[in-house]
Amino acid sequence: MSTKTEPLIDISKVRADFPILSERPYGKRLIYLDSAATAQKPHAVIDAVGRYYSEANANVNRASHFLAAKATDAYETARSTVSCFINAPSVEEIVFTRGTTESINLVAQTFGRANLREGDEIVLSQMEHHANLVPWQLVAQERGAILKFVPIDERGDLCLDRLREMVGERTKIVSITHVSNVLGTINPVAEIVRLAHEAGAAVMLDGAQAVPHMSVDVSDLDCDFYAFSGHKLYGPTGIGVLYGKANLLDKMPPYQAGGDMITSVSFDSSSFKTGAHKFEAGTPNIAGAIGLAAAIDYLNSIGMDTVKAWDAQLLEHATELLSGLPGLRIFGTSKEKAGVISFALDCAHPHDIATILDREGIAIRAGHHCAQPLMGILKEPATARASFGIYNDFEDTEALAVGLRKVAEIFG
Amino acid sequence: MNELRDLYQEVILDHARNPRNFGECALSTNRAVGNNTLCGDRVEISLQVNGGVIVNAAFFGAGCAISTASASMMTEAIKGKTVTDALTLFERFHTLLTESADADDYGKLAVFAGVREFPIRVKCATLAWHTMKAALENSDDEVTTE
Repeated sequence: MSTKTEPLIDISKVRADFPILSERPYGKRLIYLDSAATAQKPHAVIDAVGRYYSEANANVNRASHFLAAKATDAYETARSTVSCFINAPSVEEIVFTRGTTESINLVAQTFGRANLREGDEIVLSQMEHHANLVPWQLVAQERGAILKFVPIDERGDLCLDRLREMVGERTKIVSITHVSNVLGTINPVAEIVRLAHEAGAAVMLDGAQAVPHMSVDVSDLDCDFYAFSGHKLYGPTGIGVLYGKANLLDKMPPYQAGGDMITSVSFDSSSFKTGAHKFEAGTPNIAGAIGLAAAIDYLNSIGMDTVKAWDAQLLEHATELLSGLPGLRIFGTSKEKAGVISFALDCAHPHDIATILDREGIAIRAGHHCAQPLMGILKEPATARASFGIYNDFEDTEALAVGLRKVAEIFG
Repeated sequence: MNELRDLYQEVILDHARNPRNFGECALSTNRAVGNNTLCGDRVEISLQVNGGVIVNAAFFGAGCAISTASASMMTEAIKGKTVTDALTLFERFHTLLTESADADDYGKLAVFAGVREFPIRVKCATLAWHTMKAALENSDDEVTTE
């Protein structure tokens, strides 16, 4: 039985919104299956960035001239768009950063340094991206804190029972990915937040792979911090978001210091702005924030429920096709999964698979996906990974299966 | 498709499936570890050098077909060579992968000429060689292809 059902989305209209899809690698149709690394950008985003530079470019929160007001308004409107998108209680809880990595580093270096004492514990999981591991290693080393890792089971689900045992009175921070960039697992983050809060720990969620695939409501989740990147959400690179609860942000020391984050400065000391602006030193990525807001407006015009449903359709279809290929193993078979498929072929190394698919116009990722410890758990030096975006269709998933048969032909 | 066939020639696939000199040199005098951070490939090279001659060479590790075959064929190519000749061969091998060299001058290693069409894979083909060079220089640092 084929799971190729009628698309829930006007796919030809969506595809027309993404100019890059008319590129022809090696003279072939571009089959872009690497959206988990970075998503392609619709006209709406590219145009919004261009329009800002052509019509509104000025520094924000500084000058009083016409363009400065226009730029500041656009930048702060972007903050408000982000705030609504994840249902944050206040725009003052939305900090613009360079991306998920910087958002997590910010929390580790401010909240982490201020609150961790020797012997305190930070609970992470075995499926974390290096971006949600290495920042905690650094602060743990400095403060004498201990890192603990929630294990995963054979399907790639977090062992919640183990998390329950692990989180205790020494736990200060629980930082877990919302969706695994390798396994695709959608973690039960609301339950994790509840368990951590019962123990008095703060919770940070790495939402880099979640926000592109589903609607996220930080008020509902009740997490303390939530991080994501613009470029995986069809927005520009170099812009990201940190959501933080206002009462926590207010108590945290600044991350970087400089212009824009101060209220007054003397030669000896300074006082700082409150809320999100305290964490935005220097001229921010104004165009990036505006481009990110354009991406969010674009996704809202499709509807995040539709985005999620289409993602599930593609995942189901691709999983069925790939499961039928001899010698192919899929890593991550959770019932709750986003559009990411990591796999290996018995006959060929992931890097060789990627090279052969590339010549068919198919872009996938091969390697450790910035999750080397997880590769150790999976006992694989590397995996191949196909990941979906809203512009992918059944022709793409079918091309992947055909391409993989070609790999087997060469290596068979 | 032809470029892919040139890259994945039978000889390369054979060495990838059945690597020669796989393991450790019993009487090794020089060793080094190499990492390709791009793809996670890791190779350990062990050499037995006596009086300036590489009398034995072996490799261990997990990697793609290109890096495994390259390591395997390198160990065969450098056995019996002087240290100086092995290092010169590395330079020539690099030329084969990146510039238009006459493949006929390379003996068995000529099969790697196909890598030239895949610049991103040059690192795979040279990982073992970089590591061999580090082993000969007795560098304690792990090598990367970055």
